Amino acid sequence: MKPASFKYYAPESLEEALVLKAQYGDEARILAGGQSLIPAMNFRIMQPTVLLDLNLLAELSYTSSKDSAVLHIGAMTRLSEVEDDPLIADRVALLHESLPYIAHPQIRNRGTVGGNIAHADPAAELPVIALATDSRFRVQSTNGSRWINSDDFFRGYFETAIEPNEILVELEVPFHVTNTGWAFLEVSRRSGDYAMAGIAVLITLDRDYICRQARLVYLNLSDAPLEAKQSADMLVGETLSDELIEQVANKASEEEIMPMESLHATVNYQRHLACILTKRALELAYGRAKET
Amino acid sequence: MSNKRVVSSTINGQQVEFLTEPQQSLLECLRDTLGLTGSKEGCNDGNCGACSVLINNRLVNACLMLGIEIEGKDVVTVEGLADVHELHPVQEAFVLEDGLQCGYCTPGFIVATKALLDKNANPTEDEIRFWLAGNLCRCTGYDKIVRSVRLASQLMNDAKEGLQ
Ligand SMILES: Cc1cc2nc3c(=O)[nH]c(=O)nc-3n(C[C@H](O)[C@H](O)[C@H](O)COP(=O)(O)OP(=O)(O)OC[C@H]3O[C@@H](n4cnc5c(N)ncnc54)[C@H](O)[C@@H]3O)c2cc1C
Ligand code: FES
Ligand code: FES
Repeated sequence: MKPASFKYYAPESLEEALVLKAQYGDEARILAGGQSLIPAMNFRIMQPTVLLDLNLLAELSYTSSKDSAVLHIGAMTRLSEVEDDPLIADRVALLHESLPYIAHPQIRNRGTVGGNIAHADPAAELPVIALATDSRFRVQSTNGSRWINSDDFFRGYFETAIEPNEILVELEVPFHVTNTGWAFLEVSRRSGDYAMAGIAVLITLDRDYICRQARLVYLNLSDAPLEAKQSADMLVGETLSDELIEQVANKASEEEIMPMESLHATVNYQRHLACILTKRALELAYGRAKET
Repeated sequence: MSNKRVVSSTINGQQVEFLTEPQQSLLECLRDTLGLTGSKEGCNDGNCGACSVLINNRLVNACLMLGIEIEGKDVVTVEGLADVHELHPVQEAFVLEDGLQCGYCTPGFIVATKALLDKNANPTEDEIRFWLAGNLCRCTGYDKIVRSVRLASQLMNDAKEGLQ
């Protein structure tokens, strides 16, 4: 099948794009990399009447770090640019580690950071990374711009806090602080497929290897990226023994995640995957935190 | 109702202008409007890579771009690889290693392999398999394809040394 027809605009400035978004609201779909939107249109799962193509907006494609604590990534930055960015590999290793899991080279060359986040697929990697790193998002409309924290942003399957007149313009990711360990792991049926289950872990230790901060965020184990706060709290103030890791993995996989049965995985299997991934990710992140 | 627009771009080194409706994919424009039927439609949703082409030297799936989006861009399809006299070394290698059977996936694999070798002249087997994960083949089997890519890498490196 082929897409239904639509009105096509390719604004040459963000300002122009915002005016069009204000005019058409929900009727206008943003076309970023098109790697989720175009397949949905090819199969007529989506039939937008107006398409706003942001691909001419070079002003939304950048990574920049004006201060030493955070990195800004423009919404139209391609996933492959993030994958190949040496500063990101060095200072936001968790983000770097997740990129190769997103689809295939063809799709990462075209798909964008903003699109991956705005699409809000519970099986997508960047929403999970954003939550694990405590990132923020800047959305803009003709009325101005506002920041949204990642824990307010994802509202369920393909639902976000972006209003119909707004466009997501940038992501702000804190650099990892010293003595932080990271791990991103997932299980999918084939390389590049959306995963059946995944986890992002960030833990920060003090000089005596006692855990000062911990975040555990799960991929595709709820209708949005899911932060297991109670399980993470069990780690704070402790050294990570095998028993503690076991307890945390059991708690998160039995009590905190909310998996839904799918064609590829029963709920029991998803809990099993979550438990094993949690143990592996905590061991990996703990080891890395001790080395940094 | 026709809503056609003119797009001008460079395809396989030639300046072209064509008409497209905004909803037509780049793949449809290449195959149906421009007669470049080398790129294939396997899935139309980004899973198979049979429609792989290069846009400004970056590998993409032509089924997931609109034709209208290549305005001003440089496009290379499988038709653009060989010159009049000789196959491209990647094509040569697929022939020598029997890296194809029905051939439906082959244009996609060849374009994807060229993109890989332009970025990484000596990929390991793991790197080859990881890079080609977005290209599906339903008959040859991936071992022969991987062997073809290794030979292509060797042929291209030999050609470079020959020039020096
Ligand atoms: C075969 C295949 C496998 C894939 N596997 C994975 C995977 O494993 N993991 C994964 O995370 N993704 C995967 N993807 C999806 C891919 O990463 C997409 O590129 C990404 O999810 C969307 O990014 P995009 O730039 O292509 O967005 P588009 O498809 O252009 O847009 C997606 C949605 O977000 C909206 N949008 C886009 N940008 C903005 C913005 N700036 N402001 C407001 N709204 C906006 C659009 O209107 C649309 O509704 C896969 C895709 C394919 C085709
Ligand atoms: S036809 Fe484009 S990826 Fe399958
Ligand atoms: S050669 Fe037949 S699908 Fe690959």
